[in-house]
Amino acid sequence: MGTEERPPEHVSSLTEEGAPFQLRATSLTLLTLKLVDPAAPEFFPRLATMLSLAPGFYRNAPIVLDLSATGAKPPCDLVAFCASLRELGITPVGVQRANAAWERAANAAHLPAFPAGRAAAAQAAQSVAGTPAARVASGTRIVAEPVRSGRQIYAHKGDLIVLGPVSHGAELLADGHIHVYGPLRGRALAGMSGDKSARIFCRAMEAELVSVTGVYMVNEQLDSGLIGKPAQIFLDGDRLVQRPL
Amino acid sequence: MAKVIVVTSGKGGVGKTTTAAALSTGLALRGGKTVVIDFDVGLRNLDLIMGCERRVVYDLINVINGDAKLNQALIKDKRVENLYVLPTSQTRDKDALSQDGVERVIESLKADFDYIVCDSPAGIERGAYLAMYYADEAIVVSNPEVSSVRDADRMIGLLTSKSRRAELGETMPQHLLLTRYDCERVEKGEMLKVEDVQEILAIPLIGIIPECPSVLQASNIGTPVILDEKSQAGRAYAEAVGRLVGENTPVVVPKAAKRGLFDRLLRRSA
Repeated sequence: MGTEERPPEHVSSLTEEGAPFQLRATSLTLLTLKLVDPAAPEFFPRLATMLSLAPGFYRNAPIVLDLSATGAKPPCDLVAFCASLRELGITPVGVQRANAAWERAANAAHLPAFPAGRAAAAQAAQSVAGTPAARVASGTRIVAEPVRSGRQIYAHKGDLIVLGPVSHGAELLADGHIHVYGPLRGRALAGMSGDKSARIFCRAMEAELVSVTGVYMVNEQLDSGLIGKPAQIFLDGDRLVQRPL
Repeated sequence: MAKVIVVTSGKGGVGKTTTAAALSTGLALRGGKTVVIDFDVGLRNLDLIMGCERRVVYDLINVINGDAKLNQALIKDKRVENLYVLPTSQTRDKDALSQDGVERVIESLKADFDYIVCDSPAGIERGAYLAMYYADEAIVVSNPEVSSVRDADRMIGLLTSKSRRAELGETMPQHLLLTRYDCERVEKGEMLKVEDVQEILAIPLIGIIPECPSVLQASNIGTPVILDEKSQAGRAYAEAVGRLVGENTPVVVPKAAKRGLFDRLLRRSA
């Protein structure tokens, strides 16, 4: 499980202004459930055990059935299969990578076919199956050289520590905190996956933009008394706060 | 052991070609057998600055495509012993540069030359990438002005991550050359100070070339400015070449000359 479904990224609006609806393309991330042997007797007990590890995460989750591994097996009754899935609290919304026989079975169960998506990183899938909100310390990334203009560094599931300067036009991203020991002149975005306790610390604040969980502040909004000084940025409720260090 | 030196900047118009011409001439004057290669395919300028534009028959692209031998494309300088120019094509574009073609040319030049100076085009695309990819050392040219400093910073980032040396895990010495330095405008605060530029770019400074009318004059007559020993810019380039070959002379920041009362009166009446 845990792959990503990405329809085309473009956004189009086909309806005129004032219409009672708006038709737009959008990009969603969906879970997929890859069926290897859906007729196996232990299928539902084992699935139930796995879902119980993170019950909140899967509650009513829309899910796409990946049928690429079912091989040449004749299709099972997908109507009954989907009913059992719904009993476990997950909602099948479509299929992907189905052969012709399986696709007919999916049609009978009113499951549309999705184009094959790109799989998300295995690491992400694992942590999702475990404890979704926890931050793993081993994701911490230390960068010893200067971060030059145009470079982007992402500390996935951890903190980002930069020992040198961060130039204008460089971008630091972290799921956790960001520490910069040289001057911070580029962008710093902490709490990328929603950790509201993430903070940004720097020895000389000259950032173009700072952000925690998407709440951002551009250079013009920074306190002029803090420019060039040691500072920290954090969230207080939904408000971004800047304080001297 | 031949050394490949790229002259690069990111931004255009900061003085890359002037610098490539001056440095290669300076290296040859010191006795190193030197070739300077124009990588700015489609915007051929180096031959003009070097004053050999009327002797171009074959070019780098012809050599890469196998239409001419390297020796047929190399132009020997008439003023300085040991100095050669490898011009580029004016009719083609950067897509004509192939990675293995550039590698072949540079590898065969290494057998014959002490210094191979690559004059990079502006930008960070194919031409600039191939000009720096095989370099052993880089001269990053910047003016004391924010946009060229930012572009130079980007270029330094690429040199440290995308060059062959970087890919092999080796370090590449990089030197900052500050050009068009106008001390009066710096003192008025209209241009960045040397310390400010160095603070941002954080690579060693190899020289400061003052803004000087001799540079334009030299370009117009097709003589590398380093050959104009009376000009400030020419002398500054000669000192930079000295540092490039290992001389340990401190870089002196040019100061605006203090005008006396008499001078100011004269100037005002003029």
